[in-house]
Amino acid sequence: MSLLEVDDLHVSFSTPDGVLRAVRGISFAVDPGETLGIVGESGSGKSVSTQTIVGLTQGARISGTARFEGKDLLTMSESELRTVRGAEIAMIFQDPLSSLHPHYRVGWQIVEMIRAHEAVSKKEARKRAVELLGLVGIPSPSQRVDDFPHQFSGGMRQRAMIAMALALNPKLLIADEPTTALDVTVQAQIMALIKRLQKEFGTAVIMITHDLGIIADIADRVMVMYAGKPMEYTDKRTLYHQPHHPYTEGLIGSLPQQGGRGSPLKSIPGLPPSLLRVPKGCPFHPRCVYAMDRCAGEEPPMRQVSGGLDHRSACWLPPEAVGTTTDIVVTRQELARQGRSSAQEESA
Amino acid sequence: MLRFLVRRVIFGVVVLWIVATVVFAMYFIAPHDVARTLAGRQANAETVAAIRHNLGLDRPILSQYGSFLWKALHGNLGYSYSNSESVTSLIGHGLPVTVSLVVGGALLWLVLGVTTGVLAATRPRSVVDRTTTGFALFFYSMPTFLLGEVLLLLLFFRLHLVGIDWFPGAGFVPFSENPLQWARYLILPWLTIALVTAATYIRLTRGSMLEVMGEDYIRTARAKGLRKRRVIYRHGLRAAITPVLTQFGIDVGTLLGGAIVTENVFGLPGLGQLVISSLAKQDLPTVIGLVLLASAFVVVANIIVDILYSVLDARVRLS
Repeated sequence: MSLLEVDDLHVSFSTPDGVLRAVRGISFAVDPGETLGIVGESGSGKSVSTQTIVGLTQGARISGTARFEGKDLLTMSESELRTVRGAEIAMIFQDPLSSLHPHYRVGWQIVEMIRAHEAVSKKEARKRAVELLGLVGIPSPSQRVDDFPHQFSGGMRQRAMIAMALALNPKLLIADEPTTALDVTVQAQIMALIKRLQKEFGTAVIMITHDLGIIADIADRVMVMYAGKPMEYTDKRTLYHQPHHPYTEGLIGSLPQQGGRGSPLKSIPGLPPSLLRVPKGCPFHPRCVYAMDRCAGEEPPMRQVSGGLDHRSACWLPPEAVGTTTDIVVTRQELARQGRSSAQEESA
Repeated sequence: MLRFLVRRVIFGVVVLWIVATVVFAMYFIAPHDVARTLAGRQANAETVAAIRHNLGLDRPILSQYGSFLWKALHGNLGYSYSNSESVTSLIGHGLPVTVSLVVGGALLWLVLGVTTGVLAATRPRSVVDRTTTGFALFFYSMPTFLLGEVLLLLLFFRLHLVGIDWFPGAGFVPFSENPLQWARYLILPWLTIALVTAATYIRLTRGSMLEVMGEDYIRTARAKGLRKRRVIYRHGLRAAITPVLTQFGIDVGTLLGGAIVTENVFGLPGLGQLVISSLAKQDLPTVIGLVLLASAFVVVANIIVDILYSVLDARVRLS
């Protein structure tokens, strides 16, 4: 049984401008000790979906299920959910400075986390806070435990957040862009730390990022999201070498190292749609180089394609059209042209 | 910290000196003759001259100014023109009344304002939020003298007519004499001052809370699995209270110089009454003394607020 199984999750918000459909039917599963990467541009619904699962979105309309060890988190009572939050599912966030309370000492904040879930004395909890800070590589933790967050550097703050998140040895860690706000060198250290602790504690990780480099580094399976929908879901190798969805291809194509020195950076033309007015059909079709007539009319479902063992993609291109080599790209363009001309013939 | 204090105290003294000089100067620029007024209509020129000499008003202005400053530095604010009591003893009579009024009222409005503000902020756009905001605005728009009179009419006069004597209409009993009576006489004034002021605090707390509750560290607190109350008070209010307390310090400091309207409505013999009567009698030493005292309260309140700020927020360093 999977540790977490999310099925057909929808999240929408009422705004003065209409209903904002932030997440429109995503499903995924995380096994114990496994790492799931969720990739997408900002506004693709990746943070909203994970925050909804642990009950952190307010004022949203939610449907679907999210079973954690068999129990649906979305229908749990607030008090029941509170015992899961922090203890079983812990989270770290993008900006460690704003995520730590500026008025409380770092140690106090870790102690509070421990004592919210376990009946231990303050002294005992503090001892554990010092141990945890040492574990995540804070130098002289017995002194730094009494520092305020602003006395820590960016990397140390994220280390402290990780120490807090792992304080109760959770089964699942949701890392929401944990390195985005950090310097590149610090990013690598934090990723190494997460990997080390994951191995040590056997924690499953959901790594939310817009950085495919991080996915390559840590993820077992990957879900690519766009405009609140899953576009592609597969294992890491397949994603890089045999992607099916043109959006995934675009993301990989826009990585700097592709093509080596001197070749221009590719980018996906256009901008993601507003979640208030998502285009009909495939949400990506206005930006897609392979768009066919069908793409504008019918929304493609997630279906099995031929890249990997469990490889699903929401695209009307034929299931076997996977890969990023020039051959494949040409084939896809050919297929797309056929898709367009056949429709023209029909209408003629 | 010490350097900060020393600098702020010196700065405060300079402010007080400027205030004293301005008030002093105003009295010599304004076209009036205190001796003439004090002597009465029938007095002849010699009487007026004698009074003028007694008060030292015939000396050169600079010499008057110099001796005023010198005495003030030694805690002697001179003698009242109208009744031959020293200004310090006049202030000594009024101060306990005003302090009683302001401290009680301030605690009331702080508790009222902050609790209601938190309630409104945690349920934005709800019935609770709308109702409290409406009430707050209603009392905020009401002039103090009107609210005071309405409270007197309803809770003193009407109740008195049917034989219920819970709330006295006017007067003051010192705390040292009888604490219960002290509170009984002050309830209506406290209510008046608190209701008029609470609106500011409700809105300030509500706004500050709404902002803080959207912060990332509140999300962290919730992600930790803390109880809702703890998230709101220990994490939310703890961060949101700073601007509220800043305003509180300044408001209390300002009011301590004399809650003029409230004191007059409820016949409280405090500094506010003294301000009015000494102004009417052109009692220069008393007016200067009161203005100096009021400025001193504001200066001290500001220093306390700054110190409080550094205690409340570890990121603020005093230097």
